[in-house]
Amino acid sequence: MAEFTLPKNSKIQKGQSHKAPGAKKPKAFSIYRWNPDDGKNPQMDTYELDLDACGPMVLDALVKIKNEIDPSLTFRRSCREGICGSCAMNIDGTNTLACLKPIADVKGEVRINPLPHMPVIKDLVPDLSQAYAQYRSIEPWLQSDTPAPPDGERRQSKEERAKMDGMWECILCFCCTTSCPSYWWNGDRYLGPATLLAAYRWIADSRDERTGERLDALQDPFKLYRCHTIMNCTQTCPKGLNPAKAIAEIKTLMLERQA
Amino acid sequence: MSTTPTQTIMRSGLGRARGLGSAKTGAAHWFAERVSSIALVPLTLWFVLAVFRLAGAPRAAVGAWLASPFNAALMLALVLITFQHSAMGLQVVMEDYIHAEKTRLGAILAMKAVTAILALMSVIAVLKLAIGG
Repeated sequence: MAEFTLPKNSKIQKGQSHKAPGAKKPKAFSIYRWNPDDGKNPQMDTYELDLDACGPMVLDALVKIKNEIDPSLTFRRSCREGICGSCAMNIDGTNTLACLKPIADVKGEVRINPLPHMPVIKDLVPDLSQAYAQYRSIEPWLQSDTPAPPDGERRQSKEERAKMDGMWECILCFCCTTSCPSYWWNGDRYLGPATLLAAYRWIADSRDERTGERLDALQDPFKLYRCHTIMNCTQTCPKGLNPAKAIAEIKTLMLERQA
Repeated sequence: MSTTPTQTIMRSGLGRARGLGSAKTGAAHWFAERVSSIALVPLTLWFVLAVFRLAGAPRAAVGAWLASPFNAALMLALVLITFQHSAMGLQVVMEDYIHAEKTRLGAILAMKAVTAILALMSVIAVLKLAIGG
């Protein structure tokens, strides 16, 4: 059966508290900590910062905490401008990118957890290997029997190119996939919204000639049809994309080719 | 006791993601669920109105109403589509939450047997009234 409670060694305990005495604009950040090496349960550590001496985004706060209070705090980050997808995490109950999430958007304490329902490597770093392998399984590259023109690129009309809008922008942060209850319960077989959005990106690409094979590979009660239009994916996407719509388009094409 | 997660599966991530491959089914189930739910909207409205109209009527009057082929046909359609729709919906719920393969298959088959028997009982009850009066 699906597991509805955390295993004993995953139950979260209260952790340490780091105060910021004399802060003019104090703000508390409650952060999930788990270290694979110390044998302890995960805990929520609280760090207080002075917002007058901190950048505006949650990622700024995390970097400040790591630099000035606790160098052991572990998280992924790279571009700090919402294009690399590294700092995807659950902030204030919603999956998003720490670099795009203003601290001012959160009332009270800022609760920060790793992306839900993924194995945790350390602190805010989830193991995404399964999601990456699923993305690899849909063969996310152009497949065409017609050779490319020898003297130039494969051409596409403006209309054909426009069909990929809303999909090429995906940065594979997996905020959507890890927000999806269907993925939580059946992530071993359900591909999840990020991978399905990517699959549709290739199905919708006029230059790709393997549309039928791509649909064949997706038509499966688990790979595709675990989507029950819960819509968490669309609600949480930090890039404002609509994976639920892409999945609906795939389902429509499945009907179109047999009607 | 170590709390480090242990990994006993050595199969590659891609191998696991591909799994047993696509079952190449699912579209028909998905479409039938939607079509039956749409069909149930007018059928259920019609049934509720009929129940209000027949409330308190004697058995003979209900029998006479059901003796009309139109009413009997809609009644049978309502019964069959209701049970078919609920069986399909329950199957999806069970696929979602029951993870042991054998338990899942057993539970789905048992659920389908129960809904089939309930559907047949309802059909017989409708026919008895419609034909027997």
